[in-house]
Amino acid sequence: MNPKRKQRLLLVLFIVFGVSIAVGLTMYALSQNINLFYSPKQIVAGEAPVDTRIRAGGMVVDGSVKRDPNSLAVSFDMTDYESTVTVQYTGILPDLFREGQGIVAQGKMDSSGIFQAVEVLAKHDENYMPPEVAEALEAAGKMPQPEAEVFNK
Amino acid sequence: MAENKKWLPRWFYQMASPRWCYEFCGRLLPWFVVAAVLLLGAGTAWALAWAPADYQQGNSFRIIYIHVPAAILAQSCYMLMAVAGAIGLIWKMKVADMVAKSCAPIGATIAVLALATGAIWGKPTWGAWWVWDARLTSMLVLLFLYLGVIALHSAMESENTAAQATSVLALVGLVNIPIIKYSVEWWNTLHQPATFTLTEKPAMPMEMWLPLLVMVIGFYCFFSVSLMLRVRNEILHRERRAGWVRTLLEKA
Repeated sequence: MNPKRKQRLLLVLFIVFGVSIAVGLTMYALSQNINLFYSPKQIVAGEAPVDTRIRAGGMVVDGSVKRDPNSLAVSFDMTDYESTVTVQYTGILPDLFREGQGIVAQGKMDSSGIFQAVEVLAKHDENYMPPEVAEALEAAGKMPQPEAEVFNK
Repeated sequence: MAENKKWLPRWFYQMASPRWCYEFCGRLLPWFVVAAVLLLGAGTAWALAWAPADYQQGNSFRIIYIHVPAAILAQSCYMLMAVAGAIGLIWKMKVADMVAKSCAPIGATIAVLALATGAIWGKPTWGAWWVWDARLTSMLVLLFLYLGVIALHSAMESENTAAQATSVLALVGLVNIPIIKYSVEWWNTLHQPATFTLTEKPAMPMEMWLPLLVMVIGFYCFFSVSLMLRVRNEILHRERRAGWVRTLLEKA
């Protein structure tokens, strides 16, 4: 390689790595702002701001969904397998909402420690499978279980 | 200089000749057209008719067969654009500049396709068209980078200055690619983790994964076709005063 080209190559590498380091440090500093939601563990530990609108994400606890028969109000528990937060919501839930499903809710923590949601989104995982396979795995108790770390980054 | 020549393979220097590149692409083109048509046709039929539906999402999951290949391709295309731009900067190679220029509109289109299919998929599954999570936002930034490259290129009169400026922009934006890839691992996102990895065991059974693989390869073939067509156009346009282009056009 002649010296001119070598110089330009170094310049290109300098741009790429310089920008990477700068952006990397910025991202690291902002990491909590980039997270889409707080996990129940963070909320219980008081890391999430109170009285401002936040998002919370976790798994819907089996058997915790209580629907009001006269309205669209629903309450359920949300967990990351370390801490649990109760969520209250009035409105239409997404099709994928069910017990054991990951969800992301937007709303506020009220003074009694209940999360008042104004929006509930379903979060699904990357495990796709045909219904028969899902049934077989369910029967064998081998259904892939999301781990706590999915909600605790 | 003689020993310098050995530093890179011969085809690298041959590619630097617009005429050689034009003819080489012309010879490859029909093969890629056939491959793209066959793979995309077979992959679409397989994905729509034979691949099983998902246990949770039912048939709406089938949009994955457009969404994932488009998202992968949009990122690969960006990497190609940045690498071609770097080669153009370092070796002052005109063909590399032309490749970088041709990548931008294709990549922008594919990025729009990935974002649109993602939104259409998001509404029935998540319950929202758009969420400002790290994966979706970084993908939107990728689209803006493509648009920035296109705008910057067309704002400059001289092809050489435009190529230099856009290469620098493309290289600066390269940092976004690992961010897109790892966004779902580094941060809490609504978007699920990666579906299609060649290095790990796929997170779906073979009868769902194989059509996806066919579609991904088909998308790459389609990309090669459109890139080669654009590069050949670009070569003809920029070399329009060269003797070989004139004879070629006179013959046609």
